Amino acid sequence: MRKVAIYGKGGIGKSTTTQNTVAALVEMGKKVMVVGCDPKADSTRLLLGGLAQRSVLDTLREEGEDVELSDIRSAGFCNSLCVESGGPEPGVGCAGRGIITSINMLEQLGAYDDSEQLDYVFYDVLGDVVCGGFAMPIREGKAEEIYIVCSGEMMAMYAANNISKGILKFAQTGVVRLGGLICNSRKVDNECEMIEKFAEKLGTQMIHFVPRNNDVQRAEIHRKTVIEWNKECEQADEYRALAKAIDENKKLVVPKPLTIQELEDLLMAYGLLN
Amino acid sequence: MSSISPEPESGVSDATDTEALAPPPPGSSAEHAASINAAEAREKMIEIYPDKTKKKRAKQFLLNDPESPQPIAANTRTVPGIITQRGCTYAGCRGVVIGPMHDVLHITHGPIGCSFYSWQTRRNLARPRPGDVNYLQYSMTTDMMEDEIIFGGEKKLAAAIREAYKIFKPKAIAVYATCPVGLIGDDIHTVCRLAKAELGINVFGFSCEGYKGVSQSAGHHIANNGVFKHMVGLDDTPDDAEFRMNMLGEYNIGGDAWEIDTLLRKCGIHVTATLSGDISYEQVVKAHTVDLNVVQCHRSINYMADMMETKFGIPWFKVNFIGANSTAKSLRKIAKFFDSKKLTDRVEEVIAQELSVLRPIMDDVKSRCAGKTAALFVGGSRAHHYQDLFRDIGMTVIAAGYEFAHRDDYEGRDVLPTIKIDADSRNIEELTVEADPTRYRPRKTEEQKAALEAGGFSFRDYEGMMKEMRKESLVIDDISHHEMEKLIEIYKPDVIGSGIKEKFIIEKLGVPCKQLHSYDYSGPYAAFTGAGNFYKEIDRMVNTKVWRLVTAPWKSDPTVPPKPVYRPRVRGGGFEDEGAAKNWKRG
Repeated sequence: MRKVAIYGKGGIGKSTTTQNTVAALVEMGKKVMVVGCDPKADSTRLLLGGLAQRSVLDTLREEGEDVELSDIRSAGFCNSLCVESGGPEPGVGCAGRGIITSINMLEQLGAYDDSEQLDYVFYDVLGDVVCGGFAMPIREGKAEEIYIVCSGEMMAMYAANNISKGILKFAQTGVVRLGGLICNSRKVDNECEMIEKFAEKLGTQMIHFVPRNNDVQRAEIHRKTVIEWNKECEQADEYRALAKAIDENKKLVVPKPLTIQELEDLLMAYGLLN
Repeated sequence: MSSISPEPESGVSDATDTEALAPPPPGSSAEHAASINAAEAREKMIEIYPDKTKKKRAKQFLLNDPESPQPIAANTRTVPGIITQRGCTYAGCRGVVIGPMHDVLHITHGPIGCSFYSWQTRRNLARPRPGDVNYLQYSMTTDMMEDEIIFGGEKKLAAAIREAYKIFKPKAIAVYATCPVGLIGDDIHTVCRLAKAELGINVFGFSCEGYKGVSQSAGHHIANNGVFKHMVGLDDTPDDAEFRMNMLGEYNIGGDAWEIDTLLRKCGIHVTATLSGDISYEQVVKAHTVDLNVVQCHRSINYMADMMETKFGIPWFKVNFIGANSTAKSLRKIAKFFDSKKLTDRVEEVIAQELSVLRPIMDDVKSRCAGKTAALFVGGSRAHHYQDLFRDIGMTVIAAGYEFAHRDDYEGRDVLPTIKIDADSRNIEELTVEADPTRYRPRKTEEQKAALEAGGFSFRDYEGMMKEMRKESLVIDDISHHEMEKLIEIYKPDVIGSGIKEKFIIEKLGVPCKQLHSYDYSGPYAAFTGAGNFYKEIDRMVNTKVWRLVTAPWKSDPTVPPKPVYRPRVRGGGFEDEGAAKNWKRG
């Protein structure tokens, strides 16, 4: 079983990219579980056709200790398995602690057991590596491969670099490695070249360049992944390509985060069209 | 050194002076201590440390010069691993300052441990008056669990307040935040404000998360702020008495506050509020109606004394009701403040009366204890105050230090302007207090104050511990475990006063230890009667032979490994002392 976590700046398209990629993987016949690690609990909406999932933490709270795997895991598109960690309302409690609790609960309930015959588990993680709780999927080998979703915008690259620092920290003591950058295009000047160069400097690769396409938005309105909404469209092939690249990826590295100056230089060199 | 000019002494000797003159009895512990080169002893106690630690500890470890105390590093972060005596901010706030209020319902917002371990562990006794209630035997908590950490504990806190109100109908509820509450950001103050409006009783919170300061001292300050903001000044009805005052910084451990209260009552002085030993809510809220605040534990409550002076015009000065000599001095100073012939005469009468009972005990005990030595490592004022009791019975304090005091408690309040405010102290709120527009009333005019001061009287005074200690005695802040062991090895004191954490280590080293936080289930030790209790207790402790009757097994059997707890391992497994260990025999 490959354990994959998707990180990236808030709003960059992690959940969308994750679900569309997972859709392509299950279409290939892989057995995949998606664990949403976001208190908003919207990481599996496209696979499930709506916010139909009771989160692990809500279930724990309502059912007490007596929780079954079937209470918290639902089957989505093409028998993908969907779990939402859930968490507190904005501004209260500790969402990080919630992620720790729900991943532990999934382990206790045997969601990762060999008998489940999973090919992949995907963690879709909120925002930056903000505290210990959000780093949970990359701690203690819960996730072994990290893909960072970014674009050619400065703040997205800055976040990607920061996440690399978190990966570096845990890579030194554990098994986690960086698998690559997924460029979710924002149509920034020279975006593809810049992210390729950025990935190279980090010691990794740009695993796929996902072009901007309004079909993604259209599918989302229908609460569907692109593949489910229209499996013939161009964008569906882009996600298939990304899924294939991940499936075949052997390049797992300990990242070498850039200094702020290096990052700025990169932007100066690529970010402006002459 | 004392801030009061000698009145008719009624036969109390000024032990501080005579002790300095008299040579220690031959063969006594005091003579042994006098023969030790203090500078060398100090070096031996800290030489083992790594450079950085040694440098830091050296600043916290001084040879005393009573004439001009050197600056001591105090109220700074503990070096990790030295095994400190200190407690946490929550302990200082809930445990020490507010915990003793017996009809205020105390709710600890946090996981169960903080509440359980602060449940009646401080022996702050309470004896409710008729019609009064006592909640001190209860320990209430929200018992936060994983769910509340993740989703926030505000709802559970609100429910706990409601539930507690339904059962007990208290006049006031105080809520204490523990570490996780600060981390997840529960807004306890809003919860308390809403509960206050809903229930119509006083409900207030303290952000006293354990990690907030370098010691429990931060908690005292937070507690002072909260009591001042939410309680003091709510009831303007003064008690019907001629000489009204508050006793600040007296927590009624083992009944000390009762002893002081009884003594003052005999003299005709009325205590409106003792902050906070066995105090009721109604007493706290009218504490501002008195004419004088006296401060016993300067460290834990000086903030309150200052704020009440600024807002209401109540002057304050330092007293000490621990030790016969100090008690007499304190009584006389209070009488002098109230400036009444009747009171002064009565105070002298009471002192004479009390001493006639106490003196035979003092003399008897002194005949067996003179020349013995003591060391005190406790609190933020006790290490100072208890020296007077030992002096009363002819004993010498060879070393003393506080757990959590600040520089002013060592060197005197003169140094206040020179104390560096660091990031840790800045973390604690400093209230901005102004004179109350209608209720500010200076109790003495400037002229009256000046006249008193001209006669040697001082207000807002604390001379600190160091000026009253012998030259070359050791002053050690936040003493480490290692330093304590070396001190015992070098000085062999006859008794050490400290807390529960050190007690059994000290006793294993063959030295009796008097707990001065809880008094080992004994007390009271305050005022004249309490002093008698203390003399007898110390007499029993330092003159019992039991400590010399026990021989450690390795002292009589050379095959017993001398350090059975720590056993260095050799490469490839096994222990360095394998041979000796095999021969280990019990008894």
